[in-house]
Amino acid sequence: MEQQDRPLSPHLQVYRPQLTSVMSISHRVCGVALSVGSLLLIYWLSAAAAGPEAFSRAQGMLGGFFGQIILFLFTYALFYHLCNGVRHLYWDSGNGLEIDAVYRTGYIVIGVSIALTLLVWILAYATGGGA
Amino acid sequence: MDLRTPIKNARGLGSAKNGVTHWWLQRVTAVALVPLVIWFAFSLASNAGGNHAEVTAWIASPLTAGLFILLIGTVFFHAQLGLQVVIEDYVHGKVAQLACLLAVKFLAFILAVTGILAVLRIALGG
Ligand code: HEM
Repeated sequence: MEQQDRPLSPHLQVYRPQLTSVMSISHRVCGVALSVGSLLLIYWLSAAAAGPEAFSRAQGMLGGFFGQIILFLFTYALFYHLCNGVRHLYWDSGNGLEIDAVYRTGYIVIGVSIALTLLVWILAYATGGGA
Repeated sequence: MDLRTPIKNARGLGSAKNGVTHWWLQRVTAVALVPLVIWFAFSLASNAGGNHAEVTAWIASPLTAGLFILLIGTVFFHAQLGLQVVIEDYVHGKVAQLACLLAVKFLAFILAVTGILAVLRIALGG
């Protein structure tokens, strides 16, 4: 077929980052991070199945300062990917693709994912799950 | 020589030869994951801090065990579909790409089975 002068995709080293492009790559980064993070869930469940000693070792690791920071970041990645995933599904229905709508839903996704993350951690601490 | 016009190759199943199946399954699992993940995050937050007896009693209840199994199956199916696209985008060597794809697919399957077995062991008291 004949070669045509098509628009190039953004050249990452010179293209100014903006909400749209940063949120787009973040969806992918979070998806990959969550895939790695799912290892923790399987480890935790296996430890619970293995018995009290293995379980308390897992709880000690995940419930420690470092463990909680990791879990907090995973919580945010999970909610960001969830909310932005819903945004993707909305786009797939052919809606919300005008540039102002893209920005509006973008801000909603960031706000809602932060709110859900905080809510989960408040709940965890309120029920003794945090420590 | 290929006597078919380019449009012939693009119609129907397209260049990837599997039509929209992959795309569609990624959306189906995404829809299923919305309620599952919201349930997971909030109930884990309120239950995960207990001791071994409390946590296993929680996991062993039929509703929790069932939802956990659904969650694990859906998450790894979705993750493996998603990681496939990422690998196809960034890993270019034929052999390297195939190796990565196989590793991801096998690992996802093994992890899902391991997780589901753990839930069943807890639920069935094994
Ligand atoms: C919580 C509900 C979730 C929703 C609504 C959701 C939604 C989506 C959607 C719509 C896509 C396609 C994006 C695109 O076409 O560019 C996607 C991709 C992906 N998801 Fe999810 N997802 C969810 C949870 C998860 C979880 C728990 C994991 C990992 C364990 C995960 C891993 C991935 C990966 C690796 C991709 C590929 C990213 C890419 O191609 O850029 N997702 N997700």
